[in-house]
Amino acid sequence: MLSVSGLTKTFPGVRALSGVDFTARAGEVHALIGENGAGKSTLIKVLTGVHRPDEGEVTYDGSPVRFATPLQAQHAGISTIYQEVNLVPLMSVARNLFLGREPRGPLGLIDFRRMHREADAALRELGVRVDVRRPLRELGVGVQQMVALARAVSVDARVVIMDEPTSSLEPREVRTLFRVIRMLRERGIAVIYVSHRLDELYEICDAVTVLRDGRVVHTGRMAELERLRLVALMLGREIGEVQGEGLTKFSGGHDAEAEPVLRAEELTVRHELHGVSLSVRPGEVVGLGGLLGSGRSETAKAIAGALPTDSGRVLVAGVPVRPGSTPAAIRAGISLLPEDRKAEGIVPGLSVRENIALAALPGLSRFGLVDEGRIDRIVDTFMKRLRIKAAGPHQKVGELSGGNQQKVLLARWLAMQPKVLLLDEPTRGIDVGAKAEVQKLIDELADDGLGVLLISSDTEELIEGSDRVVVLKDGVVVEELTGDAVTEDRLMRAIATAPAGTGDPDD
Amino acid sequence: MTTDVQDTGKAAPSVNPPDEEPPGASRSERLSTLAQQHGALVTLVVAMVAASLSFDTFLTGDNLENMAVSSAFLAVVALGMTFVIITGGIDLSVGSLFALGGVLAAWGSRYGTAVALLLPLAVCGLIGLVNGVLIARSRLAPFIVTLAAMLGARGLMLAVTDEGSQTYLVDKDTFFATLGQGRLLGIGVPVWITVALFVLGAVVLRRTRFGQYVYAVGGNEDAAALMGAPVARTKIAVYTLSGLCAGLAGALNAAWLVSGVTILGSGMELEAISAVVIGGTLLTGGSGFISGSLVGVLLLKVIQNVINQIGSLDSAYQQVVSGAFLAVVVIAQTWLGRRRRVL
Repeated sequence: MLSVSGLTKTFPGVRALSGVDFTARAGEVHALIGENGAGKSTLIKVLTGVHRPDEGEVTYDGSPVRFATPLQAQHAGISTIYQEVNLVPLMSVARNLFLGREPRGPLGLIDFRRMHREADAALRELGVRVDVRRPLRELGVGVQQMVALARAVSVDARVVIMDEPTSSLEPREVRTLFRVIRMLRERGIAVIYVSHRLDELYEICDAVTVLRDGRVVHTGRMAELERLRLVALMLGREIGEVQGEGLTKFSGGHDAEAEPVLRAEELTVRHELHGVSLSVRPGEVVGLGGLLGSGRSETAKAIAGALPTDSGRVLVAGVPVRPGSTPAAIRAGISLLPEDRKAEGIVPGLSVRENIALAALPGLSRFGLVDEGRIDRIVDTFMKRLRIKAAGPHQKVGELSGGNQQKVLLARWLAMQPKVLLLDEPTRGIDVGAKAEVQKLIDELADDGLGVLLISSDTEELIEGSDRVVVLKDGVVVEELTGDAVTEDRLMRAIATAPAGTGDPDD
Repeated sequence: MTTDVQDTGKAAPSVNPPDEEPPGASRSERLSTLAQQHGALVTLVVAMVAASLSFDTFLTGDNLENMAVSSAFLAVVALGMTFVIITGGIDLSVGSLFALGGVLAAWGSRYGTAVALLLPLAVCGLIGLVNGVLIARSRLAPFIVTLAAMLGARGLMLAVTDEGSQTYLVDKDTFFATLGQGRLLGIGVPVWITVALFVLGAVVLRRTRFGQYVYAVGGNEDAAALMGAPVARTKIAVYTLSGLCAGLAGALNAAWLVSGVTILGSGMELEAISAVVIGGTLLTGGSGFISGSLVGVLLLKVIQNVINQIGSLDSAYQQVVSGAFLAVVVIAQTWLGRRRRVL
């Protein structure tokens, strides 16, 4: 029905897709999976006319096509449902459903009675009963997603692309969605389904294509692909390739008996985390493993108070921290080094010294005046200790390399004298040499008695860097690897495990 | 494992999702929507009743007629502004276009009614079109683009009138003059034209595909684009429409005054915006309606009239009261909006 061959798309500095072949067949649900940066979204955007390919051909219904705009693709029968509901919240359900193709009576005026009737019928068909005259925003996210789905289906779509449609749905709504997907399949519609939830993929998909670094690494029947193999393909690791270094790492000094400096108990955030518990002892590096979307960053943010939790609590050295407040978490001694250091951390226009002193300033001033001498001493100490390579404390951070920027951020948080350091992808986007140095630094900090929680998509780094690894899957802790069990093999097996119990694959 | 805990109880057979909100919440929701939509109308009725009880001179044919005609021109400007504001934009150029339209109409009236009407419509429509193209295609901020147009149009008007020294007169015996001065069934022609335009505008906004696009663009521009709405064309259309309305209002005003008065129109853009907002249209876009803007205009005019009637009060207080009123409306809107988001 819809296929691409030899597709290549390059963005400035990045080759997002290279030589991708992909075919979605009529009456088939095709899973499209891959980790961050694998090229899924670029592929979808090419299919829906948002991007144009540099090379390669898109074939639709047997003939080559080139969609210049999303509108053209829609008119041709390719509908897309995005992760975020993309409708107009202030408009009524029916108006959203029919925008741009409202039934019109004589004089070209919209026939609202017919529109409401047809909207109601279309939603009933999906098992949703709502007053179609109500504004969309008054409805729950799940119902909104159903309206988006009804819209996608009712345009006589022949290909429906779903980009993580279940990320904000309740289990019950997921079941309705699956029923609709099966209905689409029976009608001979080609469905392209993007999700990180393995259980869902195995339940609903017929075929699978795995992307990694812009290339297709596997394509075939879903049922014929073992879970473990799927995880290995996504992460780009081989099964059974046991890492010798993984075992050598244990410097032994970390006291397994010590009282945990950080304890998170039953953290729950609607749709994101379900009862996540973990603990970090002083001097210990605990890794958070799992696929993209498994709740790793959310766990770190929930601990640091940056993501409001629905229930659960965080204790630092046995003392509960006020939930949902970053300042409270910082005062308690929790420092989070966020994933996106450009957007959430570094102020490139300020100097190394100012960047380091930024967070610690309140503690460094007396009667509202900043104690310059103390700042100089602190900055000097950290620049030496973290081996920050800069012309001097007054160089602008924007001029430094990625690795050194990361160190400046690290210094900023260390200046706060934290007890626990949460590191979200600390080595992403920095070169190999700097990476090794940051890793070494993390180790040293742990040796100095800091508790470290490490998140990394680089399995090797995670395995080598951590004393223990807590494995997350769909917002649930599925396994904790300790001692000799901290291996890539075990990590992948944990990620690939089928859901606990037997029948219910919905959560 | 935790997964089990999550699913117990939720594994009930898949049924149709019921309505999410309890009926109480939904009633209070409807109430706040009602307040936003008809608050201005209620206020208008109250103000008129109070005024007619307080002043014998308020509810007289002459006074009402005077108010209606003087409201007509602002109302036509507010009509175009309503479309712009619903798309989430703003048009500051309408005051200048109003003045320019009046001068061009008065100048053109010597060549006949057709020229007197078409010339201001063409020029003001074109300026509106340029505004729209700059905003939609070049993605410039509406505030800046229409601010530039406001200055430019005023300059153009001054150029046409020799720095404002030249006032073109309209011959009272022409058909064009009757558009402003004439009466039909005892009511001034400008009032009839305005009512007709509002009916037409309401139908276009509520009952045509274009109207739906106007709401969609203002409600969520990205979503509208993904749903296949012609976002750029819709924006260009509303600014063109706003320019046309302002030009037409200016022309009718010139016909009414039988001259192209150059000092009119400054500050009119803000008056029109006030009227639209008082009428219940959200400045953030996506929500609003035509009839509300008419009510907003009438309310502003009634307040002015009442203050004039009091006499002892300086007419400068008109603006103080109008300003205070606008502030109250905006605060009420924000409050109602927030309330609704909580629900």
